[in-house]
Amino acid sequence: MKKETNLSVFLRGLLIENPVFVLVLGTCPTLATTASVVGALAMGLAAAAVLVCSNVAISLLRNLIPSAVRIPCYIVIIAGFVTLVQMLMHAYLPALYELLGIYLALITVNCIILGRAEMFAGKNGVLRSALDGAGMGLGFTLALLAMACVREIFGGGTFWGLEIPFISNYKIEFLTKAPGGFLVFGLLIAAVNAITKCRAIKKKDFGCETCPSAGACAAKPCPAADENLTTKVGMTEKEEKENGNG
Amino acid sequence: METVKNLIFILMSSVLVNNYVLSRFLGICPFLGVSKKLPQAAGMGVSVIFVMFLATLATYPLQHFVLARFGLEYLQTIVFILVIAALVQFVEMLLKKYIPSLHKNLGVYLPLITTNCAVLGVTINNITDGYTFPEAVVSSLGCGLGFLLAMVLFSGVRERIENCDAPECFKGLPVTLVAASIVSLAFFGFTGLAENLFA
Repeated sequence: MKKETNLSVFLRGLLIENPVFVLVLGTCPTLATTASVVGALAMGLAAAAVLVCSNVAISLLRNLIPSAVRIPCYIVIIAGFVTLVQMLMHAYLPALYELLGIYLALITVNCIILGRAEMFAGKNGVLRSALDGAGMGLGFTLALLAMACVREIFGGGTFWGLEIPFISNYKIEFLTKAPGGFLVFGLLIAAVNAITKCRAIKKKDFGCETCPSAGACAAKPCPAADENLTTKVGMTEKEEKENGNG
Repeated sequence: METVKNLIFILMSSVLVNNYVLSRFLGICPFLGVSKKLPQAAGMGVSVIFVMFLATLATYPLQHFVLARFGLEYLQTIVFILVIAALVQFVEMLLKKYIPSLHKNLGVYLPLITTNCAVLGVTINNITDGYTFPEAVVSSLGCGLGFLLAMVLFSGVRERIENCDAPECFKGLPVTLVAASIVSLAFFGFTGLAENLFA
């Protein structure tokens, strides 16, 4: 019984609560690093590694961190792991380090990681937090790969740097540029909406969820929030209850 | 004269050509989240300019006089995010105490900016691009202005989108992203503008 719940914690991030397509978090790296499949995979895995480590660390420290200063503490822990990943990549994968550039350092302010710290790791045990981090990280990686496949195959006519015979004659170069990133992201979310029959996202239009400090400011009235805030607060409370019961 | 030219070049390229939101994908979250109405979009934009400016003033000397001098460059990410977070808190407290009217207008946006990747992005880019101090300050102002411009322009687009009749599965975020793509395409037209400004 326990195992099943752990499994569902892991699987939730992959599809039902996919951080990119359903929760719409971490949009900056999603758009910026998906022009090539290699970059997307590297970004996804780097963020997943940071997410798992920070979730475990925060979960271990959750009873020591005073709740009034928890957000700065979380940010320092996350920034520490990001620095580790940066140094490792600089040493062993210099080409990828150059490719990702500033976006590697910006994993620090990726809202998925702070969001999971605030919503999950700060309230749950180590194992479950690690599984949640792994699930969300893999979900993030899969979403980036989906974006990158569309953009690289149709925009560049290549896959993993290898040319694809027929498509490379008819490539739409605009897709690998900035505007193409927005377009592909919009179309993919619309596709996900169509598949799930608009059920998943309908409740969450724009509001605090899309803002990077969603976790930090949940208690304060958010300038972006109208009726969405109440939905969101209601939902987190529900989620808390579920977590408490389970 | 040459330096002034260079500063104008940096300003133009950071506002229009390398617009942080529309061509470098930094600060997308507030761009999508707070652009629903014009006053909010403008308020967020002004606050971001303010914080970017202060963050550059604080982090640039820190990098060159503390981190680089003692060989601690690897701590850059941690130090910068901490400085930005502390700075934002400090500015909020100051505004609350001494200029309550401004705090009323901008205060709500300040906590949201701590984790805005555009702010951290500007401070790190200023270092990696090897700017001098005046260049770094101008670039931070330019990036902030670019952010404000993108927010204000897009809030106008958003108001029209709210009234349009999109297909069911495109409602909400997808249609907004498609519109953002078109706005970004418009900014794409500025490519090469800054380089040819003084040619």
